[in-house]
Amino acid sequence: MKSPMERFTERIFLVVALSSLSVLALITVFIFVEGVPIIAKVGFFRFVFGTVWAPSQNLYGIFPMIVGSVAVTLGAAVIGVPIALCCSIFLAEFAPAAVRNVVRPAIQLLAGIPSVVYGFWGLLFVVPFIRVYLGGPGLSILAGSIILGIMMLPTVISISEVSLLSLPRQYKEGAFALGLTHWQTIRTVLLPAAKSGIVAAIILGIGRAIGETMAVIMVLGNAVAIPESILDPARTLTTNIGIEMGYASGDHQQALFATGIVLLAIIMLLNASAQLATRRK
Amino acid sequence: MQPPKIDIRGLDFFFDKKQVIRDFSLEIPANEILAVFGPANSGTTTLLQAMNRLTDLRPGARAEGRILLDGKNVFDADVNVTELRRRVGMVFEVPTPLPLSIYENVAYGPRLRSRKNHAALDEVVETALVRAALWDDVKDRLHTAGARLSGGQQQRLCIARVLALEPEVILLDRPCSGLDPISTAKIEESLRQLKEHFTIVLIPHNVQQAGRVADQVAFMLMGSLVEHGATDEVFRNPKNQKTNDYITGRFG
Amino acid sequence: MNPSTSQRIAKVVIWAAALLVIAVLLAILLFILIKGVPQINWQFLTQIPRNMGRDGGISSTIVGTLLVTAVAVLVATPFGVGTAFYLTEYTKESRITRIIRFSAESLAGIPSIVFGLFGFIFFVMYLKLGWSILSGGLTMAVMILPTIIRTSEEAIRTVPAPFRDVSFSLGGTKWQTIVRAVFPSALPGIAVGVILGIGRCVAETAAVILTAGSALRMPTSLFSPARTMAVHFYIMAREGISIDKAYGTAALLIILILIINVGANLLVNRFVAKGK
Repeated sequence: MKSPMERFTERIFLVVALSSLSVLALITVFIFVEGVPIIAKVGFFRFVFGTVWAPSQNLYGIFPMIVGSVAVTLGAAVIGVPIALCCSIFLAEFAPAAVRNVVRPAIQLLAGIPSVVYGFWGLLFVVPFIRVYLGGPGLSILAGSIILGIMMLPTVISISEVSLLSLPRQYKEGAFALGLTHWQTIRTVLLPAAKSGIVAAIILGIGRAIGETMAVIMVLGNAVAIPESILDPARTLTTNIGIEMGYASGDHQQALFATGIVLLAIIMLLNASAQLATRRK
Repeated sequence: MQPPKIDIRGLDFFFDKKQVIRDFSLEIPANEILAVFGPANSGTTTLLQAMNRLTDLRPGARAEGRILLDGKNVFDADVNVTELRRRVGMVFEVPTPLPLSIYENVAYGPRLRSRKNHAALDEVVETALVRAALWDDVKDRLHTAGARLSGGQQQRLCIARVLALEPEVILLDRPCSGLDPISTAKIEESLRQLKEHFTIVLIPHNVQQAGRVADQVAFMLMGSLVEHGATDEVFRNPKNQKTNDYITGRFG
Repeated sequence: MNPSTSQRIAKVVIWAAALLVIAVLLAILLFILIKGVPQINWQFLTQIPRNMGRDGGISSTIVGTLLVTAVAVLVATPFGVGTAFYLTEYTKESRITRIIRFSAESLAGIPSIVFGLFGFIFFVMYLKLGWSILSGGLTMAVMILPTIIRTSEEAIRTVPAPFRDVSFSLGGTKWQTIVRAVFPSALPGIAVGVILGIGRCVAETAAVILTAGSALRMPTSLFSPARTMAVHFYIMAREGISIDKAYGTAALLIILILIINVGANLLVNRFVAKGK
């Protein structure tokens, strides 16, 4: 028994609420419409697994970029995840309230720093360090991994902290009552219980890393070749778009949209697995 | 004889499949205080909230039967619910000032209805606060937050907020359950004066309160009306054994 | 290993990790601020960049940043807050709410460069808005929409349920209840979402450079192309035009982000204190 006015406002709210669905659809449609024709023209297999990217010769193979993205992201996870997990355990279990009240906003701030600033800092700090002490050009997968490892910290820390904090208190009290030390409790009771949340945190952190563009452009060297060591320069899917979108046209531009499709597909896959991880409780 | 202000006829009330009020009939005369009491989960709150259709907000709520306000069924499709709620005001168990000033809390209802000019609104607010016996406590700080008042004052603010709508019926759901005896006494005194102008239905937080303020009482059990009559009559000489047990504290 | 020994080792490692994170943060902040703050002066803030940015100040990029951010926030806030109200006040959990939540979550996961591609092909080319403040702002609006939806929804859910009952029982309609009782109580939380959105707009480069362009002129309308501070910093640093001016721009960006974060935290604290 709603009044007509009320039914009207409800309609309006529904239309407004469908905005996110509509833009999601728009994004998907427009990216696909731009990118699919070139994939069809080159052939899906040759586009994804082709090792030569030479737009001037009409050769569009993005395999080196896929390898680059995977390598840099894995490196970032290896560096970032352990630190982030320790940090979330610190915040949830060990930190005195006063320390926590400083560290939490600090990590929030880390999330707010523009990605170009990370890249710039990496270029002036991390890259020379690698060049001098480890060799190679410095602009490398390792440099990208370090920067992305730092950049994924806030995502992984905050989500794992939340999943640790949302555990029922009885878990901890029960373990303490059995005479376990605090660390034993964390390792054998709390971490396993919070596993699904932590896995989701890691996956979302990886998603953040694989989607990052500007920071990696500055430290990765951007060479289009399959890297052989972590000290080699590389190019990722995102940087491929970021570097060439400025001047690309025609098939070349379409190929960059097609690169975006592959990127989107990877991200969707990661998001779906993060959601699966949290649902499997 | 005057017709009853509210006439409940054969009311059945359900939440999904669960029936919480059974075949309930009762006439409530104007300008009296009726106390509806009973043990927990006997359906008193639902009965109260059905009278101004606040039950519409509860998922799965469904009513059969009629509640006639001045002869008009409140469940009819053509009833304007907001108008009904203005005529039938509600005071809740927990004092709930909105996060606004004292003045704005009282002015909230009138403002929803129309754009009154300042002077008129000031007068409505003052009258309401005077009637709720709160004016002297707050007249110098009308623009401080309502939440800063004491519990008893907050509840009187909530009563004033209802009075500002100039309703015809006031429903009070255990309005004193969290209050100290002095605040309770003040509110009960206000209620005795307010019945001159309004019809009051009260769920008391204990049997003694029903005895102190009500003209008539109705005893509910498991959603059914067990006994109804003048307060003195029912308290001195209950017809039903269960009523007797409850009043004398031998229940359950 | 002895349990108390392993406990001690674990504690050291965990404290070390936390300190490392703080150290990295400080290293980045101090590095940029120490090098950059001396570059900031009145001329730097008020003059237009000259000679590709080598000389002059960055005034047009400050204006560009403000305008792109303003468009994004003005567009995204009503949609984000409206969505949050729909999800919390107008409907029970259903297929439609699941679809809306899924869309918002998916949007939140899309990389900014993909938003850039979309903004370029949709706003710049298809809608023929060109590289402009409008294209950049609309692209950023899409990007910050999920943030505003999520924070607003949380804020609305913390509004005590009795407020709604009270408003309805005083004869309020649903709309009046939302506008006069629920919205004011949720406002600080909603503001936090908007502030976080502003932060993302200020910090974003990839999506903006593809949609707002990188013109150095002072923008004259919403259809003018513009360069934001983050884009300006990126171009200056990457092409090595002027490292000093790059530092100055970065320092200003960091200061802005600091202010935005502190503002959001103050609001959250006030919100939490009031809820008690």
